[in-house]
Amino acid sequence: MTNLVEVENLNVRFTGERTVHAINGVSFALGEGEVLGLLGESGSGKSVTLRALMRLLPKKRTVITGAVKVAGRDVLALDDDELSSFRGGVVSMIFQEPALALDPVYTIGEQISEAVMRHEGKSRTEGMARALEMLEVVRIPSAKRRLAAYPHEMSGGMRQRAMIALALACKPKILLADEPTTALDATVQIQILLLLRELQREFGMSVIFVTHDIGVAIEICDRVSVMYAGQIVETGTLSQLVRSPMHPYPRGLLASTTHRAIRGERLGTIPGTPPSLDKAPTSCAFAPRCASAEARCTEALPPAIDLGAGRMARCVLAERAPA
Amino acid sequence: MSESALTETMLDPVEDLGGAAQPLLRVDGLTKHFPIRGGLLGKSKTVRAVDDVTFSIAKGETLGIVGESGCGKSTTARLLMHLMERDAGDILYDGMQVGRALSLRELRRGMQMVFQDSYASLNPRLTIEESIAFGPKVHGMDDAVARKLARELLGKVGLRPETFANRYPHEISGGQRQRVNIARALALSPRLVILDEAVSALDKSVEAQVLNLLTDLKSEFGLTYLFISHDLNVVRYISDRVLVMYLGEVVELGPVDQVWDAPAHPYTRALLAAMPSSDPDNRTQTAPITGDPPNPIDPPPGCRFHTRCAFAEPLCSAKGPKLSAIGDSGHEAACHMAVAGSGHSRSPAVGVAA
Repeated sequence: MTNLVEVENLNVRFTGERTVHAINGVSFALGEGEVLGLLGESGSGKSVTLRALMRLLPKKRTVITGAVKVAGRDVLALDDDELSSFRGGVVSMIFQEPALALDPVYTIGEQISEAVMRHEGKSRTEGMARALEMLEVVRIPSAKRRLAAYPHEMSGGMRQRAMIALALACKPKILLADEPTTALDATVQIQILLLLRELQREFGMSVIFVTHDIGVAIEICDRVSVMYAGQIVETGTLSQLVRSPMHPYPRGLLASTTHRAIRGERLGTIPGTPPSLDKAPTSCAFAPRCASAEARCTEALPPAIDLGAGRMARCVLAERAPA
Repeated sequence: MSESALTETMLDPVEDLGGAAQPLLRVDGLTKHFPIRGGLLGKSKTVRAVDDVTFSIAKGETLGIVGESGCGKSTTARLLMHLMERDAGDILYDGMQVGRALSLRELRRGMQMVFQDSYASLNPRLTIEESIAFGPKVHGMDDAVARKLARELLGKVGLRPETFANRYPHEISGGQRQRVNIARALALSPRLVILDEAVSALDKSVEAQVLNLLTDLKSEFGLTYLFISHDLNVVRYISDRVLVMYLGEVVELGPVDQVWDAPAHPYTRALLAAMPSSDPDNRTQTAPITGDPPNPIDPPPGCRFHTRCAFAEPLCSAKGPKLSAIGDSGHEAACHMAVAGSGHSRSPAVGVAA
């Protein structure tokens, strides 16, 4: 299997009044037709990782090091022209708030046809035809009428469908999804998840799906990487992660879900709060909250232990795991 | 910190009048409509935010309210707190009508609220200690005593007073701020605390900490909770009874396990089926309902759910169903299919116990 995305030792640092070490040595790969979930809590670096893949971070205040290869191209070396054909053409992104991501002064049809005209050199008529086709693909009812609708005229679920239509209009190889269902109501969220699952199969795209919700990850991901303090602490297949997490952080996260919790019994919790990222971690970032922490956890960074078949855990506990 | 020290400094709670049998809160026919002015020639419209909502909360129980955005759950909470005027309906706090037997001031002492946005609900210019002490001072507590109480309550919500008392809201994390908001609500010795999406903005691991804290505080202070959330797992975990709202109306109400295990209203069934799966080998295959919740502006006639319901019949758009009892355990649903002899083809036959 060839890898569409290869990220090697990615570091992202935001500078300014205060320095934030947002991403600290992240490495991962994404295969063709694969759905990878990035799971983590706020501030864990999942959205920053996603944005780094498209170089969407503010140029002047961000220092990116490492290697990011997407579809054989070195993303960190692209110039502005190359970047703008890369974005939307090879890689597209969908966001949490379609109301903010779509342009309020253009109709949905205009926005989609603009992308098609820009990337494929088509005429406006052809662009509009593609726009109509895409609105039907994402199952927007009375699609023809909706072409002329402005984003504010649509409901939240419809807007999210329109944003997906826009992102997929130029048939990108990779779709980056940044919590696209978080702001939606429960009955709408499941519709969008099922739609994305179906389109992923139909288009054969690879997807990186950022979420904080394990339930959402279960519905859509093949593999999951769990992030904490700007690092990937564990990677595995979905069922490995859900059934037998190795690292204490995903273990704690699963224990704290209210899903199967019984009323009156206490929920499992992870004590404390995530570290501030003023300094890059020099030892295990989770050690202060970890019940299994040992002396060496606070002395050096734990090794990223390869457990075979793409499974990785960044924890000393994994050394003792049966291979 | 001894328990007796705390009870000395606290305000006396609003007296328990009716005893355990009387519900702490009784809400009858609560209604709130917002008029929307039409355009120049357009006719004016109405948002039926809360429409004829009736329920009660027993002393010491936790009542959950679930529903999607625009269903009126937050408006209900605001009406109960008298943060906005209601158009119709009665709100009785321990048998007392606000404005008659109970002053608004007294009501606010007996009923406190915690909001979703932990930052927006604190005054950024007050330290945490000052914020918590503010309420008791308004109710006549001496400044020094109020500050002492604030520090004790900080301890109760798991924040070391030495570290946190003199900080400002922007200096602490979201989970810590929500603990401060809980402490501030408790400072007036309320008997009822309304938690409006109070844990929704928190990360999962922090959410679990705050839920455990709420459970502890409930038993320590003998509290009653009204817990509003869109997260069905959280509501099942924390509530005794649950109320399901759709477009301003109560569609189902009952003990949480009964509602979850045997939902009677098709909307409740859809909500439960829309929860993401927890089993990687058994993913959701079809969405339970299509489309978005309709706009609460001029909602559909008859049963408001009929536009999305798979079982809708002409009867459903003609006549709105009333909340009707299912069995004798307090489980009620507003659906023609649950009422014997309603005329719906799926309704149980008359004379057969549901």
